[in-house]
Amino acid sequence: MKAMRGLLLFIVALPLAGCQSVLMSPSGDLARQQRDLIITSTVLMLLIIVPVIVLTLAFAWHFRASNKKATYDPDWDHSTILELLIWSAPLLIIIALGAITWVSTHKLDPYRPLDQLAPGRPIPADARPLTVYVVALDWKWLFIYPEQGIATVNELAAPVDRPINFKITASTVMNSFFIPALAGQIYAMPGMETTLQAVINHPGEFEGFSANYSGLGFSGMHFAFHGMSEGGFTQWVERAKRGGGDLSREAYVKLAQPSRYEPVHTYATVAPGLYQTILTQCVDPGSRSCMSNTHPAGDAHAGDMDGMSMSSRTD
Amino acid sequence: MPDLTKLLFGRLTLESLPFHEPILVGTFAVVALGGIALLGVITYYRLWGYLWREWFTSIDHKKIGIMYMILGFVMLLRGFSDAIMMRAQQAIAFGDNMGYLPPEHYDQIFTAHGVIMIFFVAMPMVTGLMNFVMPLQIGARDVAFPFLNNFSFWMTVAGALLVMASLFIGEFARTGWLAYPPLSDIVSSPDAGVDYYIWALQIAGVGTLLSGINLLVTIVKMRAPGMTIMKMPVFTWTALCTNVLIVAAFPVLTAVLAMLALDRYVGTNFFTTASGGNAMMYINFIWIWGHPEVYILVLPAFGIYSEVTATFCRKPLFGYASMVYATVVITVLSYLVWLHHFFTMGSGASVNSFFGITTMIISIPTGAKIFNWLFTMYRGRVEFEIPMMWTVAFMVTFVIGGMTGVLLAVPPADFSLHNSLFLVAHFHNVIIGGVLFGLFAGINYWFPKAFGFRLDRFWGKCSFWLWVIGFYFAFMPLYVMGLMGVTRRLNHFDDPSLRIWTLLAAFGAFLILLGIACTIMQFYVSFRRRVELRDVTGDPWHGRTLEWSTSSPPPPYNFAFTPRIHDHDAWWMMKKYRYERPLDGFLPIHMPHNTGTGFVLGALSFVFGFAMIWYMWLLAALSFLAILVVGITHTFNYEREYYLSADEVRRVEQSRTELLASHV
Amino acid sequence: MSDMSSTMTPDGGPGEKLLFHEARDVHTANGTLLGFWVYLMSDCLIFACLFAAYGVLGREYAGGPTGAEVLELPTVALNTTLLLLSSITYGFAVLEMQRDRKNPMLAWLVVTGLLGAGFLTVELREFAHLIAEGNGPQRSAFLTSFFSLVGTHGLHVTCGILWLIVLMVQVMRKGLIHANKRRLLCLSMFWHFLDVVWVGVFSFVYLMGVLP
Repeated sequence: MKAMRGLLLFIVALPLAGCQSVLMSPSGDLARQQRDLIITSTVLMLLIIVPVIVLTLAFAWHFRASNKKATYDPDWDHSTILELLIWSAPLLIIIALGAITWVSTHKLDPYRPLDQLAPGRPIPADARPLTVYVVALDWKWLFIYPEQGIATVNELAAPVDRPINFKITASTVMNSFFIPALAGQIYAMPGMETTLQAVINHPGEFEGFSANYSGLGFSGMHFAFHGMSEGGFTQWVERAKRGGGDLSREAYVKLAQPSRYEPVHTYATVAPGLYQTILTQCVDPGSRSCMSNTHPAGDAHAGDMDGMSMSSRTD
Repeated sequence: MPDLTKLLFGRLTLESLPFHEPILVGTFAVVALGGIALLGVITYYRLWGYLWREWFTSIDHKKIGIMYMILGFVMLLRGFSDAIMMRAQQAIAFGDNMGYLPPEHYDQIFTAHGVIMIFFVAMPMVTGLMNFVMPLQIGARDVAFPFLNNFSFWMTVAGALLVMASLFIGEFARTGWLAYPPLSDIVSSPDAGVDYYIWALQIAGVGTLLSGINLLVTIVKMRAPGMTIMKMPVFTWTALCTNVLIVAAFPVLTAVLAMLALDRYVGTNFFTTASGGNAMMYINFIWIWGHPEVYILVLPAFGIYSEVTATFCRKPLFGYASMVYATVVITVLSYLVWLHHFFTMGSGASVNSFFGITTMIISIPTGAKIFNWLFTMYRGRVEFEIPMMWTVAFMVTFVIGGMTGVLLAVPPADFSLHNSLFLVAHFHNVIIGGVLFGLFAGINYWFPKAFGFRLDRFWGKCSFWLWVIGFYFAFMPLYVMGLMGVTRRLNHFDDPSLRIWTLLAAFGAFLILLGIACTIMQFYVSFRRRVELRDVTGDPWHGRTLEWSTSSPPPPYNFAFTPRIHDHDAWWMMKKYRYERPLDGFLPIHMPHNTGTGFVLGALSFVFGFAMIWYMWLLAALSFLAILVVGITHTFNYEREYYLSADEVRRVEQSRTELLASHV
Repeated sequence: MSDMSSTMTPDGGPGEKLLFHEARDVHTANGTLLGFWVYLMSDCLIFACLFAAYGVLGREYAGGPTGAEVLELPTVALNTTLLLLSSITYGFAVLEMQRDRKNPMLAWLVVTGLLGAGFLTVELREFAHLIAEGNGPQRSAFLTSFFSLVGTHGLHVTCGILWLIVLMVQVMRKGLIHANKRRLLCLSMFWHFLDVVWVGVFSFVYLMGVLP
C-alpha cells in the first residue's frame, strides 16, 4: 500500500511538471488555442475518468473476499437503469467533445488564414503576411524568404504579431515541420506542398525541429526560431544578406546532399523560381524524378487521394 | 567466378556480418553460447525425438497454443532488450555525449522493437491464448483445420527467425516500425534491412491470416450443441471479433507490403515521388491495416479480463449482452478511424474532424466495458489472485491511456502532440496496460489448465508490482516530455534539463526488467514446486466456463463426451446442477494425425525469405519450388485421421477418476 | 448408461431435467467450404487494395502512354470470352461430379484448363507487347497499377490451373471420393471468384481506361 501511495504522489507530481512545458505555455496564438483545447478536453474527460478510477479502487477494496460485511449478490448481473447509464455517460461526454472537435478543427486548420493575432486583437487591415518557403532537406531545414530574397539554413526568424504563411515541402523523404511554441506541426513531403498559417506573439528564441523520423541525421534536424520586433527582423535580414552567398541551383544541389548537424548559414540571394523547381523535383531538369512532364508547376497534389481531394486548397 | 559467387550468395558478403559492432558481436556470442547450451541439454537428455513427435509436429491446438506463448515470451526478451538499450541511450546522450549507440544502430533498434513487440510478441501470445482456450471454451476437440494450425505457427516462427537473423547477418530496417516510403524505398534504404522487414512480415502474415481463418471457422462451425451465439463465453466472443478483424485487415498489409516490395525489387511506381507514384497511399493502406491491428490485440485481452473478473468476483459478468455489443461495435468502428494516425498530413478540416469523431465514438463502447467490469466487482467477493490483480491494474491504467488517446483524436491537439513522446506514452499505456497486463492475467489464469499446476503466487506478485510500478515510472515521464514538445525516435538531446525525465524513464525500464526476471523466476519456482501447486480438480479457480470442466492438462481429445450447453457460464451451471462425470459408455474418438509438413514448409519459407532478401535468386527459385512440391505432396495424403479407441479413452478417464478420488 | 448420471436438478431449483453432455458421437460440420470462402473474401481484399491503387494511380501517366493508347479492346474481348466460357465449363464439370461421372467430369476440367491457359496466353502476349514497346510497369504509376492488378489476377489463374492439374491427378487416382469432391467445390469457388474479379478488371480498367 505504501508503494501505491508513492505511486499516486508520483502521478500527481507529473502533470504539475507538465504545466511549465512549452506546449502548456506557448508564445503563438495558434499554439495557445491548441493548449486551451488540450486542457478543455482533458478536464471534460476527467469528469468520467476520475470517478472510474476511484470506483475501481473502492469496489476492489470494499468487495474484497475477506470483507464479510460487504453485500454479496452472486446472481446479480443485470440492471437496465445502470446499463443505460453506462452507455449514456460516455456518450454525453463524447457528444460534447465531438462538437468541440468539429468547431476547433475547422477554426485551427493550418491552411486557414488567421482571424486574430491574439485574443481581442483582430488582424489589422493593412497586415501583409510574411511568406516563408520551408524545405526539409537531409538533414537540415532550408528557409527561403521570397520577399526579402534571402535564404537561411537551420535558422528562422519572423516579426512578432505579423501573420506568417509557411509553404512547406521536402527534398527526399517525409519530415514534419514543428515549432511547438508557435503552432502545431504539419508534414513536409517531397513533391507536395503543405501550408501553415501562424503568428508569434512574443519575442524570443524558440526551438523548432522535424517531428517525423527521417533517417540517420534526424536527431540533428533542429533549428532556432526567433520572434523579433519589426526592426530587429529588418536587421536580421540585412545581416543575412551581408553574410551569405548565392543559393543558385548548383548551390542547392550541393546543399541538398545528406549532412548531419549542419551549422546555421545564410544566402544573400536565391535563384529565381528555385522553390517551385524544388517542389516539382526539377532542380536538375534531366532528373527522372522531375514532375514537370506530368504536372504543371505548382500543382502539387497534397492530400489528393481517395476522393479526399484538397486540390482546392493548393493555389 | 564472381558470377558464381553472386549467383549463390547474391549481395551477401563477408562485410554484411557486423564484426565491427562490438555490441552485436557480444550479443551474438551470448546467443550462440546459449543456443549451443540449449541444444546440448536437449541432446544430452535425448529430447529431440520427444520434441519432434510431441510438439513440433503436433496438430493439437493446446500444444500449438503453448508453443505460440513460448515464441511470444522469447521474443519479448529480445524486444525488451531493444527497449532497455533505447532507454539507456536516451538517458545518457545529452549535449556533447552522443551516447553509446550511433544512429545507424539506434534506428534499427527502435524499428526492431516496434516490429517485434507487435508482430512477434503480442500477436503470437494473443493467437496462442486463443488457440489454447477457445476450443476448450466452446467444447470442441480441436480447431477446424488442425494441420493448418501447425503450419500457421511455423510460418510465424519463420518470420520471427528472419528478424532474429537480421541481428547478425546484415541489418534490420532503419525506418520505424511501419516503414513509410520514401524513407523505405530503394533510394533511401538500399540495404537489406527493409527487405528483412518485408519478408519477415509477409511470411508471418501468411501464418496469421490462415490462423485467423482457422479460428474463425472453428467458432462458427464447431461450438458444442446448445451454445448459441449469445451463450458463447466472452473470451470466445472477443476471439471471434479478433479473427474477423484479422481476416479483414491482414490482406491489406499483405497487399501494401507486396507493393513496397515491387517498388524495391522491380522498380515499379506505387509510392515513388517520381512517375506519378503516391507515398500517401502507403500511409493510408498501412493504417487501414494498422488500426484494426490494435483491436486485434486488445479485444482478446478484454475477453481475458471479462473471464477473470467474473471468476474472481464469484459473480456472472455484469451486462453480458452489452459487453458483446460493445465488442461488435468496436470491431466495426475500428475500420473507420485510420486517418487519425496522420491528421498532420494536410487533409481538410472536415476529413480530420470526421476521423477524430469516429475515433472518440470508439471510447463509448470501451467505456461501457470498463463499467461492466466495475459492476461485476460490485457486490461480488473479489479474490485477489494474480489474474485479478492484473485486471484491477489494467482498469486503472487503461482509462488513463484511453483518455490520452481521445485527446490525441482531437485534430488540433494532435497537431501539437503527434509523433511526440506523449504519443509514445499513450500507445504504450494502452498496449502494455491493456494487452500485456491482459496477457499476464491470462497466463496466470490458464497456466494450471495447460500444465496441471498453478503458478507461484509470491513471484507472481513480485512480477506484478515491479511491472506496474515500472510501467508508471517508464511512461509517465514520457507524457511530460511530450508536453515539453520532445519528439520521438531521437537518439540525442541538446537540452540537459530533460535528462531527469529520461533518467526516470530508464529507471522504470529497469524495474520492468526486474519484473521480467521475476516472471522467469515464477516459472522456474512453480516448476520446482509443481507437486505442491498441482491442480487435480481441473478447476483450481472455481471457474465458470467449459475449459474448467475437463482435466488439467486436458486429454488430447479435450472432452470424452461433447458437452451440451444451456447458458453462458456453462460449467458454473453444470456445477450448480451437480453434474457428475460419466464413467463409462465411451466411444472411439476421431483424431488427426501429427505431421511434419508444417515444420518443413515453415523452414523452406525461411530459406526462401532469406534468399529473396539477399538476392540469391537460385536459392530463392529452388526453395520456392520445394515449397510447391512439399505443399502439393501433402495434398496427396488422404489418411490424416485415426480413431482413438474407446478403451484408450476409458483408460485416460479412469486415471482422472482415480486422481480425483485420491484428493477429495 | 451415463444418461442417468448426467441429468440433474439443482437443490430447490426448477424440477426440469437437463442433459449436460451428448452420449453419442457428435459430428461437427465440416468447415472447409466456409473456411475457403472466408479465404476468398480475404483474397478479395487484396484485389480491393489493388483496385484502390489503380483508382489513385490510374491517371498518373507521368508523360507515358494513357490507357486509351495502350489498351486494346478486341484482345480483351477475346480474353473475357475465354474466361467466362471456362467458368461455364467448370460448372458443367461440377454437374458431372454430382452425377458421379468421373470421365465426363475430367473432360470438362480439361476444357476448363485449356480455356484458362488460352486466357493466360493472350494476357502474356499483351504484357510482352507492352514491355517490348517500353511501356512496362516501371514506366509510370498508371502502368504500375495496371500491371499489378491484371498481373495478380493472372497469377491467380496460373495457380488455379496448377491446382486443376493436381486435382485431376488426384481424381484419377482416388476417384470421386468425398474429399476430392470437396476439393473440386473449393476450386470451383476459386474459379468463379476469379471470373467475378475479372469482370471488375474488365469494366474498371479496360472499359473505363480507354475513355479519354
